[in-house]
Amino acid sequence: MSVQETAVQATALRELDSREAPLVRVRDLTVRFKGARDVFAVNGVGFDLPPGRVLGILGESGSGKSVTLKTLLRLLPENRTDIGGTVEVQGRDVLALEGRELADHRGGVVSMIFQDPMLALDPVYTIGEQIAEAVMRHEGLDASAAMKRALEMLERVRIPSPERRLKAYPHEISGGMRQRAMIALALACRPELLLADEPTTALDATVQMQILLLLRDLQKEFGMGVIFVTHDIGVAVEVCDEIAVMYAGEFVETGTVRDVIRDPKHPYTKGLLAANLHGAQKGTRLDAIPGAPPPLDTAPTSCSFAPRCAHVQDRCRAAKPPAAVLGPGRMVRCVLAEGAAAG
Amino acid sequence: MSALVDIAPAPRTAVERPLLEVRQIVKHFPLKGGLFGRTTGTVRAVDGVDFDVMKGETLGIVGESGCGKSTTARLLVDLITPDAGEIAFDGRRLGPDLTLTELRRNVQMVFQDSYASLNPRLTLEDSIAFAPTVHGMKDLDARRLAQELLAKVGLEPKRFAGRYPHEISGGQRQRVNIARALALSPKLVILDEAVSALDKSVEAQVLNLLMDLKAELDLTYVFISHDLNVVRFMSDRVMVMYLGEVAEIGPVEAIYAQPAHPYTRALLGSMPSMDPEKRTEEVVLTGDPPNPINPPSGCRFHTRCAFAEEVCSVKKPSLHVRATRGHLASCHVGTPGSGHSLSELPA
Amino acid sequence: MTAMDLIRAPAPLAPVERSPGYWALVLKRLSRDKVAMLALLVIVLLVLAAIFAPYIAPADPYKSSMLRRLRPIGTPGYPLGADELGRDMLTRLIYGARLSLLMGITPVFIAFAIGSTIGVAAGYIGGAFNTVVMRTIDVFYAFPSVLLAIALSGALGAGIFSGLLSLTIVFIPPIARIAESVTTQVRKIDYVEAARASGAPGFTIVRVHVLGNVLGPIFVYATSLISVSMILASGLSFLGLGVKPPEPEWGLMLNTLRNAIYVAPWVAALPGAMIFMTSIAFNLLSDGLRSAMDIKA
Repeated sequence: MSVQETAVQATALRELDSREAPLVRVRDLTVRFKGARDVFAVNGVGFDLPPGRVLGILGESGSGKSVTLKTLLRLLPENRTDIGGTVEVQGRDVLALEGRELADHRGGVVSMIFQDPMLALDPVYTIGEQIAEAVMRHEGLDASAAMKRALEMLERVRIPSPERRLKAYPHEISGGMRQRAMIALALACRPELLLADEPTTALDATVQMQILLLLRDLQKEFGMGVIFVTHDIGVAVEVCDEIAVMYAGEFVETGTVRDVIRDPKHPYTKGLLAANLHGAQKGTRLDAIPGAPPPLDTAPTSCSFAPRCAHVQDRCRAAKPPAAVLGPGRMVRCVLAEGAAAG
Repeated sequence: MSALVDIAPAPRTAVERPLLEVRQIVKHFPLKGGLFGRTTGTVRAVDGVDFDVMKGETLGIVGESGCGKSTTARLLVDLITPDAGEIAFDGRRLGPDLTLTELRRNVQMVFQDSYASLNPRLTLEDSIAFAPTVHGMKDLDARRLAQELLAKVGLEPKRFAGRYPHEISGGQRQRVNIARALALSPKLVILDEAVSALDKSVEAQVLNLLMDLKAELDLTYVFISHDLNVVRFMSDRVMVMYLGEVAEIGPVEAIYAQPAHPYTRALLGSMPSMDPEKRTEEVVLTGDPPNPINPPSGCRFHTRCAFAEEVCSVKKPSLHVRATRGHLASCHVGTPGSGHSLSELPA
Repeated sequence: MTAMDLIRAPAPLAPVERSPGYWALVLKRLSRDKVAMLALLVIVLLVLAAIFAPYIAPADPYKSSMLRRLRPIGTPGYPLGADELGRDMLTRLIYGARLSLLMGITPVFIAFAIGSTIGVAAGYIGGAFNTVVMRTIDVFYAFPSVLLAIALSGALGAGIFSGLLSLTIVFIPPIARIAESVTTQVRKIDYVEAARASGAPGFTIVRVHVLGNVLGPIFVYATSLISVSMILASGLSFLGLGVKPPEPEWGLMLNTLRNAIYVAPWVAALPGAMIFMTSIAFNLLSDGLRSAMDIKA
């Protein structure tokens, strides 16, 4: 993707709320994993996230959605990754952070919740100790004030009998409760930005919906920006304001949830919606996308979706399609959308 | 007619006979602990489950983790031996009338983890040819069959027969697993979360394949999944399980449109709305599913149920017919004479 | 063959593209591992030396000479010196490779065969059979291997055969334990379940689906025991329980040269250096094999 294109796309996203400086500003982000076989995981992603908005990154395994998220926290192994482009949170260059600043950034300004809460929770400390420790480190509170904050956090994530859970170890509580405890830990220092990496994927249906509604409420309460990575369109619709559909390391379509769900433009987005089977006619064949995603061992020079696309044209295979901007924040990276953009 | 006592009859016409009948099947796993491996508890994984699978239909089984749906699948092919209960296939009871080998020729299974289901040291062709060889087919014939099946599941034999599992994608591996399950020409295929680990775009391809194969080979499916959209799309009838028991069973339209069991309603209510204007606003159920180690007394759902009354914690409900033919739910509400204040009301 | 088979006499199958198998890949990866290849070279040279000892050794390994006792390294006619009875060290080290390699490798291979059988059977059958077999194995495993080897050799009397036997018995329990744990893991994997669901008898499942996936890791573990076995065998000889004089064997040579450590230290250290070098070579090869086998999908 050229720099101008990214700028066009970013301008479009920024127009959503031009009064405020963006909380997150990403330009032309590329991530390449070096190894026996290189993997071009992210290939030119750019977006702005205004404060207090929820962006969903929707994609399948290997699309680069989690990698994009981890870049914002600098969680990728430094010696095996090449990161290009700019990543700014509150105007600060995340890729340049070092030492103390990086530590404050992680958990203070930005925090993250995961699919597996055991990644975030330490099995040898009680829930209360872990939350209190984070608060003491980032906000310099004393032990009793920090423990009070921990209790308050457990109440806010609606854990029943929070006084008792404060003294519980992660393995002593149920899966849904652990997810809540992890959220409490992530929000304890009032981050400006919450990164959510498939936080409900491993949960049972009834518990998943509880956690989604909780996250939605907490987002309103705390007013933080959220980037929510998921492979499940239904989940994205429940929590997000905007959606970015990611394929082969690129955003192929962005827009408000309503626009993307009601009026998808990119053939991949259309295929994903059909594959969700919501309202699919029983007994009919599904309009399935053929084939599988590309291996990404080289940087894409044409439309990555072209080999699977039913509307493929010669120019799709020749060069990358331009980012067609259809409105504020509404972008489609497909030749089919060009006409609409011009009009 | 039916080989076993009718407890949960499926809707049937005069000519229909269930392909598979399951009666009061039970499996408890002892929990070992302590210094000498004493039994410290019992996981009541499957606790008296009844159902029929009609010839040519797809029976969907849904439920959350710990509800016993995967254990049920393994009991059907005797990968786990049931503690009690009976299974009959095509009118013949397993044991007296039907040997285990005969059952296994007719009932095959596809597992969730496409990678773990294939021996990493065998070529795809060898994996598929294994079962026919075991049942006496000559080597060359088995290989020919394997290649035919690869073609049938959409994998070109020339390119794929000599490959190893790690060289192909997850969707392709699951196609191979389906081919392997079909190698003995089974009548019934149990799909245990067979598409759950696949990406959505690939899942749709495999669902299409499953529908094509069913029509072409006259198969019957038991389709186990936690994804209610997929189950609705694939199934003719649906069975909802909760903590090792059947909560509700019936035709797919009846279950999705008029769920009779409060748990089914909760489960359906937890499906994302897919409508940005009408997002889900409240949760029907709070808390996690209880542990199958010490399930609640009476109705196992009473601890989370909005309609629970005293009778629910004392008396265990049994499957009772609802408005639609063949629609049964195990709930005191709407079951006349159950002692529940809403027993006479249609649930 | 029946008439039906003749009628539909099958046309030969069309050739398909074949990927290299697992072991071909392992060998390819191993061949790229320089350290492992160097270790393999050392082992191959030692084995060749042992086989062709009569042709390459410059002298008679038993011919002693009181006049030439403990000659230092570099003496004309005695490139590596002479031992306490004036025998040529180079010759005795070459001949010593025969017994030392025999004592090092044979017990491990026999124990690999027996231990794998026990472990795989216990792991696959499971249940009470597993408990009985594995607890019995644990009783042996509870003894330190050196003590067990000494005790068994002592009870059986000195000699090559009793040395081999006692070392074999020492190595069965650890190999059986590894085999049991690997098999127990493999048995739970879905492809074994799928094979059971296809109605295959247990023996066939073990042959086709279990062995191919467990023998590799067990073999790697066994090769790492070769160095232990060589050191134990040398130790037995050193204590006078294994090979008896005047046979050339590195451990025994180390023992008999012990008194000469102040007179001809370099000569006295030579058998130890051989034991050290050989066991390091086997360990490095074993490590190389382990990483070559660790192919990630």
